[in-house]
Amino acid sequence: MSTQGTASDTSAVIPSSFRNRNRDLLLRVLVPFFVLAIMVLLWHIGVTVSGVPPYILPSPVAVANALVTDWHTLSPALWITTKITLLSLLLALIGGVGFAVFLVQSRWIEIAFYPIAVILQVTPIVAISPLILIYAPSTQVALLICAFLVAFFPILSNMVQGLKSVDHNLLNLFDLYGASRWQTLLYLKLPASLPYFMTGLRIGGGLALIAAVVAEFAAGSAGAGSGLAFRLLEAQYRMNIPRLFAALILLSLLGVAIFALTSFISWLSLHRWHESSLKREN
Amino acid sequence: MILAGTHAPKRSIDGRKRPLVAMDSVSKRFSSGTLALSDMSLVVEGGEFVSLLGPSGCGKSTALRIIAGLGDASSGKIDWPSSRINSRGLPEGDISFVFQEPTLMPWQTVFGNVHLPLKLRGVSQAAARPQIVEALATVGLKDFADAYPRELSGGMKMRVSIARALVTKPKLLLMDEPFAALDEITRQKLNDDVLRLWKETGITVIFVTHSVFESAYLSNRIVVMKARPGRVHADFPLRTSLERDAHYRTSEEYRQACEKVSTMLLEAIGSGEH
Ligand SMILES: Nc1ncnc2c1ncn2[C@@H]1O[C@H](COP(=O)(O)OP(=O)(O)OP(=O)(O)O)[C@@H](O)[C@H]1O
Ligand SMILES: [Mg+2]
Repeated sequence: MSTQGTASDTSAVIPSSFRNRNRDLLLRVLVPFFVLAIMVLLWHIGVTVSGVPPYILPSPVAVANALVTDWHTLSPALWITTKITLLSLLLALIGGVGFAVFLVQSRWIEIAFYPIAVILQVTPIVAISPLILIYAPSTQVALLICAFLVAFFPILSNMVQGLKSVDHNLLNLFDLYGASRWQTLLYLKLPASLPYFMTGLRIGGGLALIAAVVAEFAAGSAGAGSGLAFRLLEAQYRMNIPRLFAALILLSLLGVAIFALTSFISWLSLHRWHESSLKREN
Repeated sequence: MILAGTHAPKRSIDGRKRPLVAMDSVSKRFSSGTLALSDMSLVVEGGEFVSLLGPSGCGKSTALRIIAGLGDASSGKIDWPSSRINSRGLPEGDISFVFQEPTLMPWQTVFGNVHLPLKLRGVSQAAARPQIVEALATVGLKDFADAYPRELSGGMKMRVSIARALVTKPKLLLMDEPFAALDEITRQKLNDDVLRLWKETGITVIFVTHSVFESAYLSNRIVVMKARPGRVHADFPLRTSLERDAHYRTSEEYRQACEKVSTMLLEAIGSGEH
């Protein structure tokens, strides 16, 4: 009797939806974490039992060790790769949105320019990177250009789609009230294409990282300003497999961080109104 | 059948009859070749409540959109004898449009949606606040100013749409089957709201509907259109000494009005078919 009383008291203080959401969140974090921990454990046991040499498959402990001891070489590389990825993504966002707005201004502009954007997109980036390496003033700029080119297209095509799928009647309404082109863009077309922009952002963020890595493989240059991909190749040449794994882990952590960041930005800007971010309550 | 303009306008400026809007033999041919309107003429006086009926596809929406300046007529012209018109030939700010769908911006709150027509004229949110609050109060949604459209029912969304149409204090309200998607009870409630608004503000309404009952209940003039090509088939006033309320719905006068509208509509449909 008394326990029941306490239970209903708590539920009166904390809204049930809030408690449910917290428990939901906890499960979403804990369950994958638990699965990951088990996999790492299996990895460790497998390596110890089978006696595979560390230059073929190092144990998780050896990788963790490499992560700590090689931090002074890996961390600048991580920083460089992060910088290139984020900067290229930012440039792709500005370029993609700007170009999309330009494209939808008239049908002729679109007919004239869209194919060029498609050609840039369908040409494999690895194939143009040697060329970019020749023209760019430095390797870093070349990597930046490669990552930009790859991230640019999904943002562009999503934005074009978004700008063109604005509710017909809302456009009529803006016409009726004599809205200028600029007002229609600012108050209607851009906000209406926000969900499309966010899709472009999430795809572009992932692709920018991939392109930054692939382009650096292609560039293959050494030096102080090299990123994680180069450190990865270098570790392979030197048969320093634990370090290779450490670099790999940093790369995937970076990928996860970018994914989380773009998803969060997307949630933040859409959760109050857009269907994709709503929790169904019906 | 009584022709347009033969009955006295409700309000006349300095004794002279000044129509609010005059469609003068307007035709509309779409690029697909469809002749949606053919020589349609319609004169609407200030303060009238005109219901526009007709078979599906007879050009009611097209006519309404041409009046609103959304899409040009192929021939003929629209005059606004009692309004000041802008460079596009429209009395901007004097016309509002309510579509069949609420057509709200989902990323804006109710307040933001109603603010839109004023925002486009450069009125800031702070300056527009009294008008927005008033418009929301008129449709009974004062307490929902901060809600997002997705949090509202279909009827409430429609009310927001009406509030947005009213916020500029237009002379002419064009409504294209505004309540077609709503249930009967909500529709009757909104009908009463529109009627109250019309009486209180003296606004002119052109109301497209498929419902004989709705048109007979609301309007003091009925225009029935015929299809292929779209043109006016019948145009007659509906006068009543009764107050239009729940009692009116059960009165003999209402029944007769329904019958008359219904007959005209059947006639228009019948003579349209070959
Ligand atoms: N954008 C368009 N392009 C080509 N034809 C059109 C267009 N809009 C309407 N039409 C045609 O014009 C005619 C009139 O259409 P309209 O929408 O005005 O009819 P309506 O009376 O409003 O019909 P409903 O009662 O079904 O809404 C129809 O035959 C339709 O097919
Ligand atoms: Mg229609």
